[in-house]
Amino acid sequence: MSDTTTAAATSVAPASTETVLSVENLKMHFPVKGSGVIRRTVGHVKAVDGVSFEVAKGTALGLVGESGCGKSTTGRMVTRLYKPTEGKINFEGTDIANYTGRQLHPMRREIQMIFQDPSTSLNPRHTVGSIIGAPLRIHKMVPKDKVLSRVQELLEIVGLNPEHYNRYPHEFSGGQRQRIGIARALTLQPKLLVADEPVSALDVSIQAQVINLLQDLQKEFDISFLFIAHDLAIVRHFCPEVAVMYLGKIVEIGDRESIYERAHHPYTQALLSAVPDVKQAAIGGRRERIRLEGDVPSPINPPSGCHFRTRCAIAKDICSVVEPPLLQIGKKHKVACHFPGEIHQHPEKPVTAPLLGVDEFGAPDPGASPAEVPGDGPGYADTWYDLANNSRGRA
Amino acid sequence: MTTPGTQVEISEIAVETAATVTGPVVSKSPTQLAMARFRADKLSMFSFYVVVFYVIAAIAAPILVATGVLDPFTPHQDLIDEQSLPLHPFGGISLEHPFGVEPRIGRDSLSRIWYGISFSLSISVLATLIAVVIGVVLGIVAGTSGGWIDAIIGRFIDLTLAFPQTLMLLALSSVAVAFITTVLNVPEGPSAQFVYVVSILGLFGWTSTARIVRGQVLSIREREFVYAARLLGARPGRIYFKEILPNLWAPILVQFTLIMPAFISAEAALSYLGVSVRPPTPTLGNVLTDSLSFMSDNFTYFIIPAVLIALIVVCFNLLGDGLRDALDPKSGR
Repeated sequence: MSDTTTAAATSVAPASTETVLSVENLKMHFPVKGSGVIRRTVGHVKAVDGVSFEVAKGTALGLVGESGCGKSTTGRMVTRLYKPTEGKINFEGTDIANYTGRQLHPMRREIQMIFQDPSTSLNPRHTVGSIIGAPLRIHKMVPKDKVLSRVQELLEIVGLNPEHYNRYPHEFSGGQRQRIGIARALTLQPKLLVADEPVSALDVSIQAQVINLLQDLQKEFDISFLFIAHDLAIVRHFCPEVAVMYLGKIVEIGDRESIYERAHHPYTQALLSAVPDVKQAAIGGRRERIRLEGDVPSPINPPSGCHFRTRCAIAKDICSVVEPPLLQIGKKHKVACHFPGEIHQHPEKPVTAPLLGVDEFGAPDPGASPAEVPGDGPGYADTWYDLANNSRGRA
Repeated sequence: MTTPGTQVEISEIAVETAATVTGPVVSKSPTQLAMARFRADKLSMFSFYVVVFYVIAAIAAPILVATGVLDPFTPHQDLIDEQSLPLHPFGGISLEHPFGVEPRIGRDSLSRIWYGISFSLSISVLATLIAVVIGVVLGIVAGTSGGWIDAIIGRFIDLTLAFPQTLMLLALSSVAVAFITTVLNVPEGPSAQFVYVVSILGLFGWTSTARIVRGQVLSIREREFVYAARLLGARPGRIYFKEILPNLWAPILVQFTLIMPAFISAEAALSYLGVSVRPPTPTLGNVLTDSLSFMSDNFTYFIIPAVLIALIVVCFNLLGDGLRDALDPKSGR
């Protein structure tokens, strides 16, 4: 795995810094209705609670996290299957967060999605030809008599037999069905593909094929990816940039190096410590395993302050009072923790307290002067907070 | 495919190997696969043929009556003795009257039963159509809209189920039939009675279909292919008619074949209560009702319509079961 990773790291270097998608403070709160006829709203599931990120052109941003942390919801908001409660989705400079049906129609060509489970994402009553051809007919992209040849071309691109256009999904294997789903997403020649756990329903042997296919397509058609997954190894292989989500928030975001080699958030460190490491096992060594106690708290009533504090080994008083901001601590590295640091090197005092104008227990500090938090917003700033010197600066 | 179901799986493999042996691989739609499974089931095929036989008989009956081959109305007093029972043994079975003659006035039993099948089947087919259409429409509306519309339809179903149907049917029958003749301009007599029985069966029989269709819509609506269609920019009409509806045909068809026999026996029961089509127009129900009073003296007269009703009801039910198994191999019995 690690060989291919390094190979990919060199080959898929971010070519340009042009941003395709910029998401700002995106929120999705699903109302929880009470029982009875009136069905009053009794609360909200805060599935996504203020996330910001950017996807650069031709690259991939990985979104990782446990089940239920809001990664799929984020994906469905970006594709506008859900209407966000709050926030901005800037796609190539236009905010599509509040677009309605008619306005969205042209956007549909640009943003497409690959679904998790190929056994439910293809209508069992339609032939493959009609599934892949549907977008062409809906958007009237090619004349009717050309649909079939375009469908066959797409089947060939994703590595299927073009003669199989009149077969039904049940006649294909899981990996082949996922290729059909990919072909459907490619039909409209999108600029951004949201891949919602595209390989987690597939056999491990097939996963690599599909990932390689996605990589080839990315190079060939210059597609940007929002890659949602819970498999850290696959994300490391596929995505130059990674965002880690926990309970509706991004806790750490950065380039591949920063996240996998120098994770500063205790949650990211715990996630990474759970990944089996073949190299370590080969030399007989054993990496330290950080165990997370308890369950993910309910998103209806998340913990005060830092959402992760209930399961965090280094949580202190301030964590339950003040929510940590997403603080930029490197050129391409942001972390939302009061005590950011590598394992066993977390600082004693909350580094964020002076910036937020509070003392180390989270109480407002009249003497402090709150400063602008570096890295606020979807992208990366030119200057960032230097943890080594406890000062603002550049590395 | 996914879950190994013993018989179904074997028949499917058999179908596929047959296809590979005979020539190039032929692609089969889910419907074609279901039909192949259905054909492999002997009991289903048997009931299918019986049902087809009944349907052909029902279509042929009015023609045969019009051409005079069947004569359900002419009395044969010469074949009846003083106790108003048929002269000949076994209900007066003879060459001219293979099923015997009716006690009292001696009409030909075969003609009455055959013509009765025609009436009974048309009553139940029409009533089933009404019930399934109402059920499918309300089920789709409830399933797709959700919220308070869904809640209201749900309560309406409960209300319909809680309604004391039989009592109301009896109490309302004369008023309703009068309404049908005067307001809807249906000729008095058998026609008005026919309309009445069809409409009450249809108007009270849609609840199970509505519930099943609603459940199906709720589950299909959340499948990823519906999201995919929305993402491609498909309009709601296309999503409902092209994506969701094709997946509903199977349960609707099964509902149809399961409601039909229930309505055939319901018609017989209503005949007994005197609210269905009345003699001299024959239905399987009123022929059977009439025969009940002669059960001990003229058993033949009773047993023939009884067996014919039982046969069609059982075969329709088996057909429905067979279709359900064929269309959805994952659901056990």
